[in-house]
Amino acid sequence: MSEADQQDEEGGGVVKKFMFVNRKAPYGTIYALEGLEVVLISAAFDQDVSLAFVDDGVYQLVKGQQTKGIEAKNFSPAYRALEGYDIEKLYVEREALEARGLAEEDLLVDVQLMSSAELGELMAAQDVVIGF
Amino acid sequence: MLHIVNKSPYERNALEACLRLARPGSALLLIEDGVYAATRGNVAEASLRDAMARLKVYALRPDLEARGVAARVIDGIELVDYGGFVDLACGQPNCQSWL
Repeated sequence: MSEADQQDEEGGGVVKKFMFVNRKAPYGTIYALEGLEVVLISAAFDQDVSLAFVDDGVYQLVKGQQTKGIEAKNFSPAYRALEGYDIEKLYVEREALEARGLAEEDLLVDVQLMSSAELGELMAAQDVVIGF
Repeated sequence: MLHIVNKSPYERNALEACLRLARPGSALLLIEDGVYAATRGNVAEASLRDAMARLKVYALRPDLEARGVAARVIDGIELVDYGGFVDLACGQPNCQSWL
């Protein structure tokens, strides 16, 4: 058992640090939606969950998504609901945001901006890293 | 930490993102179409050579051989077989497969 593992209060289950790394834009492929589903499932298991948005993954969080015209489900409001599942660690790579002409105020949810190096450090400190 | 990249550097930016985020002392394993990044003269050679100063870089020999490029590997990249892949994964506290 690693140092990061902790016992939870009720069942004695192990709590691990999970980071989900999102690197794809939202509607062109299924990755973003599938990733979000897995994040919500992980919340049901009382794990220490964080989300990182890197590269085109930052487009998932852009305000004002209107998907009626493409007949796809607009799942962007779900990011604002994550707080209700105790998922509050949302990290955005500053370089990725800036490279796309975006700023923090263009995003639909509160996030913590991090440099590539800071995010890399955080990634290295996880028990489990899963990419989408 | 072990980083695994399986995409050609011409098709995707997975390697570029990996090199940007991987911390010094990490290991990088190139597999499947990712092995093209391990060959001399490829588009990612310069950035990979830079990264080799701080990362240990490996490539999966069966994937290089399958693609006919095993003789073109950049000096300093260590080739591993599937057993070596398992050893790398088990020898690191965590890993990230860059999609």
